[in-house]
Amino acid sequence: MSLTDLFGSFLLLLAIPFFWGGSLGLLRFPDIYTRLHALTKADNLGLGLVVAGSILISKEWTVGVKLILIWLAVLTASTISCYLIANAARKRKINPWKIP
Amino acid sequence: MNYYLWPALFILISVVVGLVRILRGPTAADRMMAAQLFGTGGVAILLILAQAMQMPSLVDVALIYALLAAITMVVFVRCQWRSHENTGEMEDESH
Repeated sequence: MSLTDLFGSFLLLLAIPFFWGGSLGLLRFPDIYTRLHALTKADNLGLGLVVAGSILISKEWTVGVKLILIWLAVLTASTISCYLIANAARKRKINPWKIP
Repeated sequence: MNYYLWPALFILISVVVGLVRILRGPTAADRMMAAQLFGTGGVAILLILAQAMQMPSLVDVALIYALLAAITMVVFVRCQWRSHENTGEMEDESH
């Protein structure tokens, strides 16, 4: 097990708390806008860490380029869907959560 | 190589915990957001499995998964969750 494998495994382990944060945010946050915030930021950061760890573990650079493209595709998709859902919720007159 | 499977297992557990929002979510968009959580977590799990099991074709599966998750959300917002139809009352009927 070389040093790059070790560092890649460390990045994979570091991704787990971000996925847990995204799931707990989706469960615990009070309204749809804050849940969108948890879903589209924390999970994509965890996916970025998974992609970085997989690039370090895999030896071919073509696989690395493909992994980066997948991450960019997921980032673009989640940005677009976050905007679409927030815009549709605002048009449906769903009010943002306020501190009671 | 099998120790790479532990992060995949923990990510899978977190995704399954997040799926509780499908049961609880007040609006249909909350349920679709749980589905999108499954999309992102599934891509991460597939990327880890591609390295752990030495199967490079799983990276292509992850790419298809990411694209399908995006298309799912766009179709949901544009076709199902329109605002000029019934606003407010329909939200609990979409179980």
